[in-house]
Amino acid sequence: MEKSGLNLKATELRLGLPGSESPERGSDKNGNAAVILSLKSFVGSGAKRVFCDATDADAKWVFSVSEAAAGRLFSPRGGGSSNNNNNNHGKVHVGSDSGLGGPVLEDGNGACVAAQSPKPVMMVQDKKSHEIAPSKAQVVGWPPIRSYRKNTMSSQSSKNDDDSEAKLGLGCLYVKVSMDGAPYLRKVDLKTYSSYIDLSSALEKMFSCFTIGQCSSHNVPSRDGLSESRLMDLLHGSEYVLTYEDKDGDWMLVGDVPWEMFTDSCRRLRIMKSSDAIGLAPRAMEKCKNRN
Amino acid sequence: MESESKRKKESPNTAELAVTASFPDEVLEIVLSLLTSHRDRSSVSLVCKDWYRAERWSRTQVFIGNCYSVSPEILTRRFPNIRSVTLKGKPRFSDFNLVPPNWGADIHAWLVAFAAKYPFLEELRLKRMAVSDESLEFLASNFPNFKLLSLLSCDGFSTDGLAAIATHCKNLTELDIQENGIEDSSGSWLSCFPESFTSLEVLNFANLTSEVNTDALERLVSRCKSLKVLKVNKSISLEQLQRLLVRAPQLEELGTGSFLQDLTARPYADLESAFNNCKNIHTLSGLWEAVPLYLPALYNSCANLTFLNLSYTALQSGEFAKLVVHCPRLRRLWILDTVEDKGLEAVGSNCPLLEELRVFPADPFDEEIIHGVTEEGFVAVSFGCRRLHYVLYFCRQMTNAAVATIVQNCPNFTHFRLCIMTPGLPDYLTNEPMDEAFGAVVKTCSKLQRLSVSGLLTDLTFEYIGKYAKNLETLSVAFAGRSDRGMQCVLEGCPKLRKLEIRDCPFGNEALLSGLEKYESMRSLWMSACNVTMNACRRLAKQMPRLNVEVMKEDGSDDSQADKVYIYRTVAGPRRDAPPSVLTL
Repeated sequence: MEKSGLNLKATELRLGLPGSESPERGSDKNGNAAVILSLKSFVGSGAKRVFCDATDADAKWVFSVSEAAAGRLFSPRGGGSSNNNNNNHGKVHVGSDSGLGGPVLEDGNGACVAAQSPKPVMMVQDKKSHEIAPSKAQVVGWPPIRSYRKNTMSSQSSKNDDDSEAKLGLGCLYVKVSMDGAPYLRKVDLKTYSSYIDLSSALEKMFSCFTIGQCSSHNVPSRDGLSESRLMDLLHGSEYVLTYEDKDGDWMLVGDVPWEMFTDSCRRLRIMKSSDAIGLAPRAMEKCKNRN
Repeated sequence: MESESKRKKESPNTAELAVTASFPDEVLEIVLSLLTSHRDRSSVSLVCKDWYRAERWSRTQVFIGNCYSVSPEILTRRFPNIRSVTLKGKPRFSDFNLVPPNWGADIHAWLVAFAAKYPFLEELRLKRMAVSDESLEFLASNFPNFKLLSLLSCDGFSTDGLAAIATHCKNLTELDIQENGIEDSSGSWLSCFPESFTSLEVLNFANLTSEVNTDALERLVSRCKSLKVLKVNKSISLEQLQRLLVRAPQLEELGTGSFLQDLTARPYADLESAFNNCKNIHTLSGLWEAVPLYLPALYNSCANLTFLNLSYTALQSGEFAKLVVHCPRLRRLWILDTVEDKGLEAVGSNCPLLEELRVFPADPFDEEIIHGVTEEGFVAVSFGCRRLHYVLYFCRQMTNAAVATIVQNCPNFTHFRLCIMTPGLPDYLTNEPMDEAFGAVVKTCSKLQRLSVSGLLTDLTFEYIGKYAKNLETLSVAFAGRSDRGMQCVLEGCPKLRKLEIRDCPFGNEALLSGLEKYESMRSLWMSACNVTMNACRRLAKQMPRLNVEVMKEDGSDDSQADKVYIYRTVAGPRRDAPPSVLTL
């Protein structure tokens, strides 16, 4: 698929050790390049990785539909094509499979970007493809809301962009959940779950385009169990772990502490690739490896 | 058989005699003047020449659904006695920024024609028209009997234009400004109503943001004893509202201003009593930034409410549930999805008379998806509100089963507008397309007039629509379908189709051209971001001279593709006011 007109560098997420320059990562043979976070763009200081900025990151979802690709994009949901072709550029995820809810292409680097058509079908491509950082990339005129309402609501909403903190109040406890490789993040209300199993199955539903392999002391189903499900396996061979940032700002593996203690201290969740989960409690990682 | 045909031959003659003998034109005109529906009048005018003539002389109101379907000259020539005009301009997708600016639909040429031919014009209702301040000034100065101005989703004017209306229209009864792209420079326009002016019955300026002179407003409200509808803007505080209510206890429709203020006990009691005193309020809106604390002041008023518009008020489910308990007579409800499914359950439990529900998204563009409403809320409403026939529902997930249940509970839908906000999203439980959902809608709801579809849809949806939706008049389609066949099914199967708007679908030339003969029976067709080429459009334009085929080109786009196509029937020929980006083929 054409990459012209799309500033991939801007959308590419990279991860590296604190303070380091992230190495250039090409696709491995499975087209399986990690989608990683670039620290350089964000904060340089300290030993802790700062993810709050990352989660509000530049990787906005540019959505567009090309006429040329439309046939493919809306082609029948035969799992086959998507599952087998990993290393092409034109991999298409129709809504059900991608979980992103819309026609999404995977480029060579595994980043989910929108189909770029040869012609600017959407104004969004012209305006937004180079302008990923501040604005939310959207489909023009969708959802169909009158400008008047849009303008009125946006000036009314007291949105707190600075919410690296969990929002408390009204008896709910919202935390952001990000997943490596997913171009947007979700929010969950921890108060609506009563156990790790509840939480993990909810997250599984939410991020259903990716398999979630979780290591936790509470015996969450292994990857084998999940592969039977309808989930689309985008990044083959990846294992994911669920981690959270606690009150002290430390990133911990989910599942090590009793549920109530977890909900009390959890500020934010991140589903990260287990190979990147460096610096988390080695004991927990050990447990994880042993289980597999 | 023979005698029958003889009788047939005889009867036209006797009928003719009978018509001319007992139905002189004057009588016919009086009879016809009682007909208000413009569709009835159109039918009447087709009966015979006499009736055509009588109808045109007796018609005082005209509705023009597409301002380019007819010209001011043709209109004024046919109907000499018009007092009330309703005009709609731009295609509906202009509301969502899909139409280039300066596209057209300017009211001015019409006003000039009206000034010459309808100097006694009284009412003007405009939707999606371009209206300038000059036009408003012209209107205010040239029509001494002018009474009613309603502007919905228009743009191009400012509060200066409103000032002209307020200053010069001595007989104004209605000023209704809704959801327009208005340049709001100051609230001083309201002070332009002269002190001698007392005829106002409807005043809606909720659209505007500037502060108006509250003294002037109070005096205006006091002296307009017939004021039935008052919808103020955000700048009006609770205390000011109370003072207005005290001066207008006869109000029937109220739009509050900002419902956010620190009221101590006394002013709160005054507010409550002011509301209690307005025993005729059946419609309530506004409630900008409502603080739940003060909502109880409304509770008594809610008993008689038939229309509650909370679509700009971010209420949570609990607060909303407490309010809705007091609204048993509600027939129309507009809310934000902040009330969530629980709030909708409360609706289902408390509003058995509900006929119309619109749920708007509070954060439609927010990637961090907070809750909103799901299929459960909609289902809950359907169980409790069996009379529901109009729904507009924005949600982030839906299932086929839920929709099937909904229409089973409420088979009388006339308007079913479901917007699953993520394009192409399937049934989130089964992962299947949403075809069966809309199949259930069209199979069950035989009275369906308007349908908006969303979610992951194959051609099957459109097969269903073509097969079952025999009363469908308006269809909106986005990010749906698999092939031309989808669109073809609709064009072939829906006899009453008038408006078809399509965006981002894989429908191409074959589909477009399959509707060749159909488009003249429709008001308009919109197709954007589909697979239609310029050549196909040219072919269509050539074969159908009574259609205007307009293509909106975007900069840098492929010349052979027709990015945005707007096709409509017209007796006025190609329009001459199109901007350069719009090609008429």
